[in-house]
Amino acid sequence: MSTTVDTTPSTDPGRRRPDARGVAGDLLRSRELAVLVVLLLLVAVATFKSNGFLTGDSWRDLLLTPSILLLLAAGQTMVLITRNVDLSVASTLGLTAYATGELMSSGQSPWVAALGGVAFGAFLGAINGVMIAFGRVPALVITLGTSLAFRGFLLHWAGSDRVNASEMDSGFLALGTKQVLTIPVLTIIALLVVVAVGYYLRTARSGRELYAIGSDPAAAALFGLPIRQRVLGAFIASGALAGLAGVFFAARYGGVSSNAGQGIELQAIAAAVIGGVAIFGGSGSVWGAAIGAFLLVTIDRVLPILGVPDFYQQAVVGGLIIGAVVLDRFLASRAEHRLVAEREVTP
Amino acid sequence: MLDLDSVSKSFGAVRALRSGTLKVAAGSIHALIGENGAGKSTLVKIVAGVHRRDAGTFRFQGREVDFGSTAESKDAGIAVIYQEPTLFPDLSVTENIFMGRMPLGSARRIDRQAMHREAESLFERLGVRIDPKRPARGLSIADQQIIEIAKAISLDAALLVMDEPTAALSGVEVDRLFAVARSLRDEGRGLVFISHRFDEVFDLCDTVTVMRDGAYIDTHRVADTSVPALVAQMVGREVAELFPKVPAEIGDVVLSVDGLSSAGVFRDVSFQVRAGEIVGLSGLVGAGRSEIARAVFGVDRYDSGTVTLHGKPVKPGNPRAAIRSGIAFVPEDRRQQGLVVDSSVAHNVAGVIRRNLSKAGLLTTAAENKAVRPWAARLEVKTNALDMPATTMSGGNQQKVVIAKWLATEPSLLIIDEPTRGIDVGTKSEVHRLLSELAGQGLAVLMISSELPEVLGMADRVLVVCEGRITAELDRSEATPENVMAAATGTTPDRVHVALETQQVEEVTA
Repeated sequence: MSTTVDTTPSTDPGRRRPDARGVAGDLLRSRELAVLVVLLLLVAVATFKSNGFLTGDSWRDLLLTPSILLLLAAGQTMVLITRNVDLSVASTLGLTAYATGELMSSGQSPWVAALGGVAFGAFLGAINGVMIAFGRVPALVITLGTSLAFRGFLLHWAGSDRVNASEMDSGFLALGTKQVLTIPVLTIIALLVVVAVGYYLRTARSGRELYAIGSDPAAAALFGLPIRQRVLGAFIASGALAGLAGVFFAARYGGVSSNAGQGIELQAIAAAVIGGVAIFGGSGSVWGAAIGAFLLVTIDRVLPILGVPDFYQQAVVGGLIIGAVVLDRFLASRAEHRLVAEREVTP
Repeated sequence: MLDLDSVSKSFGAVRALRSGTLKVAAGSIHALIGENGAGKSTLVKIVAGVHRRDAGTFRFQGREVDFGSTAESKDAGIAVIYQEPTLFPDLSVTENIFMGRMPLGSARRIDRQAMHREAESLFERLGVRIDPKRPARGLSIADQQIIEIAKAISLDAALLVMDEPTAALSGVEVDRLFAVARSLRDEGRGLVFISHRFDEVFDLCDTVTVMRDGAYIDTHRVADTSVPALVAQMVGREVAELFPKVPAEIGDVVLSVDGLSSAGVFRDVSFQVRAGEIVGLSGLVGAGRSEIARAVFGVDRYDSGTVTLHGKPVKPGNPRAAIRSGIAFVPEDRRQQGLVVDSSVAHNVAGVIRRNLSKAGLLTTAAENKAVRPWAARLEVKTNALDMPATTMSGGNQQKVVIAKWLATEPSLLIIDEPTRGIDVGTKSEVHRLLSELAGQGLAVLMISSELPEVLGMADRVLVVCEGRITAELDRSEATPENVMAAATGTTPDRVHVALETQQVEEVTA
């Protein structure tokens, strides 16, 4: 696959390339780089068309808007790698955002509220994980069900009520707009989370086991890998990150109603898939998913600048997803040919 | 150290294992032989912790054990190499070897350098060159098997169970594996070796246990027994001649391949197969034999050349067109390519003939079973019901289902890749007799085989492939082990090892 970890440049001193073409080939095959190039091209075109694109509020929004999607995409990546999917993250985000707001309006400190939101998200993820890992029901079915159930619970809880900015801690709300060196704090936190997830997936035993489980579940079972714990863990992580995204949502928008975050789960999956995370598990990186999240948000902002009617914007994103998957198939079959050709046979 | 006594295991109504008994001493290599369906693989899976026994005693290193998972058996010091390689295609070769117990450096990070070094030294010990950093995807079955072996060795287990590790290996690779196996034995470990090749059993093992129909038959010291004695115990009846190809009337050209090339895989391949003729495609594993067959059938594309059947060109890259024009293809890797293992036997066999079976576009199970029954009966597929999933059957029976599946299309050309890979002596001769019979009825057969005696015994003509080219075309009379191996390795006949001949003699006497 073009997107396995081995295509990411390694710092191994022992790794020697036969020639420069190999390095270039590796980079070209790297999905992360391809998506990054598309992203930079988009930004360049938009800057060319509209001078203010990379300045002031526009710059801030360009960085701030992806922060929530980054968290969800990182969680989704972990789940997708194990050959599962989590459709419930949008409802988890809505519930935790509302819970965070409620905690603050009942007088809790913002720290308690934020931790409460994350813990609540992890709990909701654990509900998914337990049913999927131990009940052996496909994740698609379970998370579709819990997505509706969580949203229904939120509707029941919140009713037509909403948590307003005035009920939340002002310092907490300031976090939503605060910047360090023109970079929004929320984005910095989200990127740190992405780095942590990426580091975990690459360098921890259990991280590699997630890939193994998604790559061939039957082999993983024969191998004696703790499949249930790992899948459960992936769903708890996805839930916790969705919980953190809920906290971000409350801080950023200052108001939470019962439809918070609706539909964002598909964007999270789209970001991961565009970034090269295989929908059938086993390959892809959180870096790709993160770049995919930035790309999705940037497209949303650039297309109007380019004069593309609203009507077509969704279609462009849809085309991008299909294009990414088709490209994947093409690259995968080429890579397979190459690997077959490369295999060394001892006479 | 390993002591199984009267162990039984049933899957639903099928008693896979009635009474399995196996005692393995430390510092010895113990062969486990038996026909397909004799219960060897089930026994192995009980030892590995994949299945739990229904009854009987299971002791390991003096302690009563009952493994509920493969992780438990691994922790107890048992490493198992399964018949079918179980690798993670997306992960690197090294990660596959060390999955679950990768060496950790500081801060519990995986120490990739140490891991790669260790993998390299394992491969050195096995005498193979595989890039430890490449993904497992795309590796040949032989290489996958070697990685399984490396994995098992690196576990440093007290007991190593190998379920037909040599089925896909070439001669040199087998020799290296045996050297490693002997050194493990000399370190005081126990090894269980399942094989259908008697020469290997006699060459490598100290003791041998025979199983038949899910039950223990006998255990011998290898030095005190002989091939005919073991065969008699395995089958419980006289085995017919192993390679009974009878002369058939050779008819018109059925398949004609001209100048077939695929970049990096094979070059300029031309040959013909006539009606009633069995043409053997020989060569080392990885020489490109299977790839040629896959291209002819249209599974893989080719860059140039033509394939014609009965004078009519066969569309490239289109297996459906190939089936319609009368080509049948029994692939090498039956789990991956030949059989929908989770589907029922009847579904599998009927899969390729659906079009003719369906009434008004509907396909009924009854119609399927009816059409399939004669084929299953003809091949003596041992299965209680045709609607049982194929995955519950033994390897030999699975292969029979694959063959039945293709014979049901009434082809004029049968391409069969490793027809008896992992199949016991009894079924082997049945498969051979069947192929011979089919050729006698005017079917053209293209047979790919790594087993030299099989090629020499069955084929009217032998084509030898070496590094993607046909390096020799030998008539039955010219095809000697030396000639074929010389062409397969690109050397002159007198330099080929004489051991090949003794190997052939042993297999033929079997």
